Order: sequence, then C-alpha cells, then structure tokens
Amino acid sequence: MSDTVSNTPGIAGEAESTAVQNGGLLRVLGPAHIWALGVGIVLVGEYMGWNFAVGKGGAYAALIACWFAGILYSCVAMLDSEVTSTVAAAGGQYTQAKHIIGPLMAFNVGLYLVFAYTMLEAANAITVGFLVETVAGMSGHEGLDPRPFIVLSIMFLAWLNYRGVLATLTFSLVITAIAFSAILILFLATSPVFGESPLRHVELMTDLPYGWLGVLAAMHFGLWYYLGIEGTCQAAEEVRSPARSLPFGTLAGVMTLAIAATLTWYVCVGLMPWEYLGQSGVPLFDAARLSGSTSLAVLLGIGTLFATLASANGCINDASRAWFAMGRDHYLPSWFGAVHPAYRTPYRSIIFLVPIALIFALGAPLDQVITFSILSGLLGYTFMPLNMMLFRRKWPLDSIKRGYEHPFHPIPAITLLCLCGITYFAVFLGYGTQLVAMIAFYIVVSLWFHFWRYRFVYRAAQFTMPWPKPKGY
Amino acid sequence: MSRYTPPPQGKLGQIFDVLVLLILTVGALYIPLWLGLAGSDQIHEAVDAPSWESLQQNAAMIEQWGKLGFADAEAAAPLITARFDYSFSIPALIAVIVTVVGYYIMMLKLSEKEYREVIAEKFGKE
Repeated sequence: MSDTVSNTPGIAGEAESTAVQNGGLLRVLGPAHIWALGVGIVLVGEYMGWNFAVGKGGAYAALIACWFAGILYSCVAMLDSEVTSTVAAAGGQYTQAKHIIGPLMAFNVGLYLVFAYTMLEAANAITVGFLVETVAGMSGHEGLDPRPFIVLSIMFLAWLNYRGVLATLTFSLVITAIAFSAILILFLATSPVFGESPLRHVELMTDLPYGWLGVLAAMHFGLWYYLGIEGTCQAAEEVRSPARSLPFGTLAGVMTLAIAATLTWYVCVGLMPWEYLGQSGVPLFDAARLSGSTSLAVLLGIGTLFATLASANGCINDASRAWFAMGRDHYLPSWFGAVHPAYRTPYRSIIFLVPIALIFALGAPLDQVITFSILSGLLGYTFMPLNMMLFRRKWPLDSIKRGYEHPFHPIPAITLLCLCGITYFAVFLGYGTQLVAMIAFYIVVSLWFHFWRYRFVYRAAQFTMPWPKPKGY
Repeated sequence: MSRYTPPPQGKLGQIFDVLVLLILTVGALYIPLWLGLAGSDQIHEAVDAPSWESLQQNAAMIEQWGKLGFADAEAAAPLITARFDYSFSIPALIAVIVTVVGYYIMMLKLSEKEYREVIAEKFGKE
C-alpha cells in the first residue's frame, strides 16, 4: 500500500542526530544468537529459583503455575515480537515505550529492565557461590567462603561483555546448549522408559498444602521459569534481520523453556519431598545427587554452573544496553551513552552496573533478590498490554509495516493483563512489603524524572522511527 | 513550534543525578531488609521431640531425607514445619491495589503530557 511506511530504524532527522553520540552498535547476530540470549538468560530458572513455587503452594501448585506462567510469557512473546520487529533499536521495551506511550513511561521501563536483569545477575552469582560451597562441602572442604567466587563470576562476565557482543553471545550459545542438554540427559537417565527409575512420584507427591490459595501464591515464583525471555529484543540493534530473527528466536525460546520447565518439575518432584524442594538452593543438582549416579551429579553440577554463567552473561548484556540507551537519550547522564571505540560495546554502562550487582549478590538473601527481579519484570509485563493497545490505536495495521503481526488482538493483551493482576496478588501473599517498597521507589523516581531530569532531554530527538504522525495527535 | 533546547549539564550535576538514583535504588531495595520487613512471612509449627511419624513422613520420604544428609527427624523438622502465613487484611490488599493502579495512572498521565510535546515538536501541530 502506498501509505504504508517501511520501517528502517535510524535517526529521523539531521537536527535530532546531534543528540545521539558515538555511532551505533554492530549488526552481527542471527536467530540462533537470539534464541541463546533468551534461553541463556532464563534457563537458570530451571536450575534454581522455580522451586520456591513448590514452597509457596506445593508440587502440583508449582506445575499449574509453570503452565499459567507459560501462557503469560507466550502473550509477552507475541506482543513483544510485533512491536520489536517494528521498533528494532537498542533498549528493547524502553525504546518501544519512548515511541508509543511517552518519555516517563520509557524511563520507568528502562529502570524495570535494568533492575530485573541486574537482580537476576546477582541471583546467578549467589547460586555460583552456593554451588561451589556445596561441592566443596561434599569433597571434604567444609566452610569454604563463596564470596570470592561471586565477585569473580561477575567480574569475568563483565569483562567478556566489555570485549564484544559476538564473542559474548557465542560463549552463551555454547554453554546454554550444554546446560539444556544436561536437563534432557537427566530426564532420560531417570525416566522409567529406559529401565529401573529412581523416580517415586506416588510416594512423594502430596495434596495441595495450602489449598487453591497456594496455587495462586505459587504464580509469584512461577514467573521464574521464564523470566527474562523478553530480553531478546534488547539486541534489536545488533541483529542482522530483526523482523525474522526476533520473533523466531523469542517464540522458539518460550517453547524450549516450557518443555525444560515441565521436565525439570517432573524429575525433581519425583526425587525430593516437597518441603525440601521448596527451599533448595540448587534443586536440579540435588535431583542428580539423589539419582544415585555420580556422572549425573557432575553433569548437573556443570549444567548449574553453565546456566548461571549464561544467564548472568545475558543479564549484563541486556541491563547495560537499557542503561546505555537511556544515557544516549539524556534520560540519564549522557556519559553513559558512549560506545567503546574499538569493541563497539556500551562499556561505561557495563562497568557502572558491576558494583550494583555486587552489592546485592554479597548482601541480600537469594529469595529476596529473586523477588526484586520478578517484581521489576512484572511491572514491565504490565506495561506491555498497555503498549500494544496504544500501538495499534496510534498506528493501525495499514499505517506502518510490521515485521510480524500477532494474531487475535486484543485477546493476548487482555490475557496478559489479567495474569499480571493474579501475579501481583501472588507476590502480595508473603512478600507484600517488597511490592509496596518497590512501587514507592518507582513513584519517587518518576516524580524526580518528570520534574527535574526531563529538562535535559531533547524533545523531538526522542522520536527516531520513520513513522507517520500517530493518530489522535 | 519552536524547538526546545535543553540546558547543558556539568559533570558535577551528572554525578549528582547518578548518586540520587543510586541512593534511591539501594534504599528502596535494602530498607525493607534492614527493617526486617522483607521476605517470606514464614512460621514454624512447634513440634516437641519430632519424629518422622509426627512430621507425617512416609518410608520413601524418610529415605530421600537421609540421602539429602538429614540423618534424623530433628534435623529435617525446621524445613518440614516451615509454612507461609497467607492471612491478610482486606484494607491492606485495597491499599496495595490503589498503590499499583495509582502508580500506573500517574505515569500514563505525566507521560501523555510529555509525549504531546514530543509529537508537536517532531511533526508540528495540525
């Protein structure tokens, strides 16, 4: 159609380009890297953290939460793929919010992304430390201090990210594939299909210990099975073919995780009493130990280590890109908007976020850090349906060309909004104080941004897409 | 519409802005931890001289606890008796709903005001 505007991301006008600093990022990534970025960040959710859902509601509640969270994330992937395949620029949902809802929403979304990923990175580092401590204890070195390993893992991955995105995500691709294979091997090795099985579901499974209220409460940690998959669109400016790679990589990632989550649940609840599983630090490693096979224990130990490193790696990648994008737009001091002259990475943002991750990795309990991450993610998912409804209203399908159009609009958006509401209630059950503290934080920083920080931001320069004027303005 | 030109911000101002954001972030996330308000509202049911029977553990469960390093019921009791307290008051729930919904309404309203300025400068007024 003649009035359909093609969408090539970039700087819209000469005047606006003055506000953008230091050139762009390298377009070197394909669909496999996008899959690795998404699954790599999230696969650790199968290795630790998901099992707190068992603690909140029992084994069956965790499975129900896993599937409902799968529906929530399918909606997230559908909505996100449509907008991201159209707004293909660094910053992901942050850049979407800037073009579709407005600067303050974008600032908040940028912070959701940074805190969701930085807290997830801290949780990963805690798990690395816990794993090293556990293995040391098993080999007769009780009382090993895990803190040097926490610091080392964060510093090493930050250095990898500093050096370049292609090497970083290729590293993620390899270790994610190994960690995912380890889950499949554990399932096959313990499955009754291939002979005698150590799984004892009949004896270990119990009724819902908290009734159906526990099922609702389990949705809180049910998100952990998939949290971070939406990070795929952070790499939009570094993907060779965003319209193809982003929807394919993201949706393939959700399907991969749904399968891995169900297999993980099946093996773990067949090997551990739910009271232990609900509080375990490394449940898949524990499951491998209980299988009675030393090889499996070693494999799942390596899998846990690789999954946490891949996740932390992706988190540093995503959080730094969101921080970089906000700096480039002057939402944050413009010093952060610099790209490394040789490696073409947002190196100042990468370095700046390291101490924040360390503060939480070294000083806060794992379930608290995970809750902070989940809450930031949840606030971001609540933004997505609002974003999609406004996107379709301001730019109907015939006004700009989308790389991907999600079906059945507005059903996915409404479903996502309802599931977010249920999850807020789930967090309220047991972790209400953090919920209120976090919302209070976002209210205060929103007022700070609107009444102070926004004065340093160019107005028209924020709108960089070559789109027509939105309807209704 | 005339273009808005932001005032220049010095290095000191930039550092101050980052510090404000850092203090707010660490404060919001750490204050509940420091005040002991954060985290799971877990309670432990008191069991005198716990046995596997009183903890309602069957033979398979006892075997798995043993493999996990819990030699007797007393060692496993703190994990087995830990329960979340899901009791809540309706006013507290309403306060949380109002806070969350109020936050989004405030953000959408202020964003819309800023967005209109962006669109007006970018495309000009109709």
